[in-house]
Amino acid sequence: MKKMQKAYLVFVFLLLYLPIGYLLIYSFNAGEGMRQFTGFSLRHYQELWDDTRLLDIVFDTLILALSASLIATLVGTLGALTVFRSQRQLTKSVLLSLNNVLLVSPDVIIGASLLILFTTIGLQLGFFSTLLAHVAFSIPIVVLMVLPRLREMNPDLVLAARDLGASPRQVMTQVVLPNIAPGIMAGFFMALTYSLDDFAVTFFVTGNGFSTLSVEVYSRARQGISLEINALSALMVFVSFLIVLGTYYYQQHRMKRQKKKSFLTARSLS
Amino acid sequence: MMRSSNRKRPFQLYQLVYGLWLLAFVIAPLALLLYQSVSTTTGGLTLANYQRFFQSGTYLAMTVNSVWYAFLITLLTLALSYPTAYLLTRLRHKQFWLLLVILPTWVNLLLKTYAFIGLLGHDGLFNEALQELGIGSHQLLFTNWAFLLVAAYIELPFMILPIFNAIDEIDPLLLAASRDLGASPWQTLRKIVWPLSLSGVKAGVQTVFIPSLSLFMVTRLIGGNRVITLGTAIEEHFLVTQNWSFGATIGVVLIVAMVITMLLTQDKQEVRS
Repeated sequence: MKKMQKAYLVFVFLLLYLPIGYLLIYSFNAGEGMRQFTGFSLRHYQELWDDTRLLDIVFDTLILALSASLIATLVGTLGALTVFRSQRQLTKSVLLSLNNVLLVSPDVIIGASLLILFTTIGLQLGFFSTLLAHVAFSIPIVVLMVLPRLREMNPDLVLAARDLGASPRQVMTQVVLPNIAPGIMAGFFMALTYSLDDFAVTFFVTGNGFSTLSVEVYSRARQGISLEINALSALMVFVSFLIVLGTYYYQQHRMKRQKKKSFLTARSLS
Repeated sequence: MMRSSNRKRPFQLYQLVYGLWLLAFVIAPLALLLYQSVSTTTGGLTLANYQRFFQSGTYLAMTVNSVWYAFLITLLTLALSYPTAYLLTRLRHKQFWLLLVILPTWVNLLLKTYAFIGLLGHDGLFNEALQELGIGSHQLLFTNWAFLLVAAYIELPFMILPIFNAIDEIDPLLLAASRDLGASPWQTLRKIVWPLSLSGVKAGVQTVFIPSLSLFMVTRLIGGNRVITLGTAIEEHFLVTQNWSFGATIGVVLIVAMVITMLLTQDKQEVRS
C-alpha cells in the first residue's frame, strides 16, 4: 500500500514535470524539431541570442509586467482601503462583488470587453492599451491580498496614533502602511505573475505593433516547432525556479528566526 | 474616531481613484459588451443576435459541448488531484513538495501548451511509447482527447492547492479519534477527511471550471484549430471574422452560464454549512 502511494506521487510529479523537462532537453538538440535528439549543441541558444526581435519582446514583456503590477499595487491598495473603510455593509459587499467580477470572468470576456472599450474611446491599440488591460485585471487580486491585512490590524494602533497627535497622513504612512506591507508585497508579486502569465487578454488588446512573449510564442507555435523557443523557455524556467526557490528558503529562514525570536521574548517575559 | 473623520470627508482621493477604476474597467466594459450584443450597424437595438444564437443548432451544440468539456476537464483534474493532495499532506517536507506542485504554474501557459505539440506529435514521446507497447502510433495531436489532456495538465496545480490546504487544516486529533474508535483507513478517509475537505474541493472546482470554458489558445494549438468551445467562438468572432456583435452575444451567454455555475456551487455550500 505504502509503495503504491509513493508510486502514485512519483507518477503525478513526473506528469507535472514531463512537458517542462521535454522542452528543456530538446533545447540542447543539435538537430531541428522535437522528434529526434541528434546530439548536444548550444546552437539554439546562439540563435536566441542573435534574435533581437525576440529579445526585444522579452524586454518589453518585463517592462510591461513591472509597470502594470506597480500601478495595480498602488490602485489595489487604495481599493482595499476603500472597501475596508466603507461604513455600510451594503457598500462593502457591492464594492467587493464588483472587485471580484474581473477575477472570475473568463479571459476571453475580459479581452473582448476591453477591446470594445478601447475602440469606443478611440484608444490606439499597442503598449498603452495592453498596460491598461494588465493593470485592470491585476487590481482585484491586490485588493484581495491587502484586505485581510487591514482586517487583522489592531484598530487600537490607529486610535493610539491619533491620540498621540499623529496627522491622518502620519497615521497612514507610519502605522497603517507598515502594518499591511506584507499584503502589499504579496499583491505585487501576484500581479506580476498574472501579468507575465497572461495570454488571452493581451491577445485581444495588443494590436499589431506591440507583442508580448506569450503572444509571440503563440504565433510562432502556430507555424510549427522552433527550438529557439525551447532555448528561451529553458532560460525562463531557470530564472523563475531560482526566484521561487530563493523566496522559499528566505521565508523558511525568516520563519525559523521569528520562532526563535518569539521564543526568546516569551522566555524573557516569563 | 475613524468613523467621524470619514464622515467629514465622504469622498477622499483614494476612494475616488478606486471608484473610477471600477467604473471604467469593470462596469463600462461589461455594459459595452451587452450593448454591442444588441446593437445594429445603423445604431438601433435588436435581439436578432440572440435569436440567431438560440435558433442555431451549431451554437447550442457548442454551448453544451463547451460545458461538457469543462466538466470533463474538472472531473479529470479532481480525480488526479484529490489523492495527490491527500498524500502530500502526509509527507514530511510537505511545504516543499507543495512548492514543487506550484512551480510549474510559473512556466508560461503557452510554453507548456507548446511542449505538448512536441510530446503528442506524430513521432513524439507519447507515440513512441505507444509503439513500444505494441499499440502502434496514432493521431494524438489535434484531437479532442489532446485538448482534454493539455487543459487538465494546465489546471492540475490550481486544483491540488486548495484541496491540500483544506486537508492540511483538518485537526489531526479527529483522525486519531476515528482510528481509536475502530474506523478503517478507508472509512476515515470517506467519513472524516472527504467531508471536511469539501470546501477545498469546491474552491478547486470553481477555479478550474470557469477558465476551462474559455481556453481558446489550447483548442487552437492542440485541438486542431477547430471551434469547439464558446471561448474559441468568441475569439473567432472578434479577431478573425470581425463580427463583434455576435461575438458579444456569445460572451453574454458565457457570462450567464458562468453565473449559473457559481450560484449552483454557492447554494450547495450554504446548505451544507
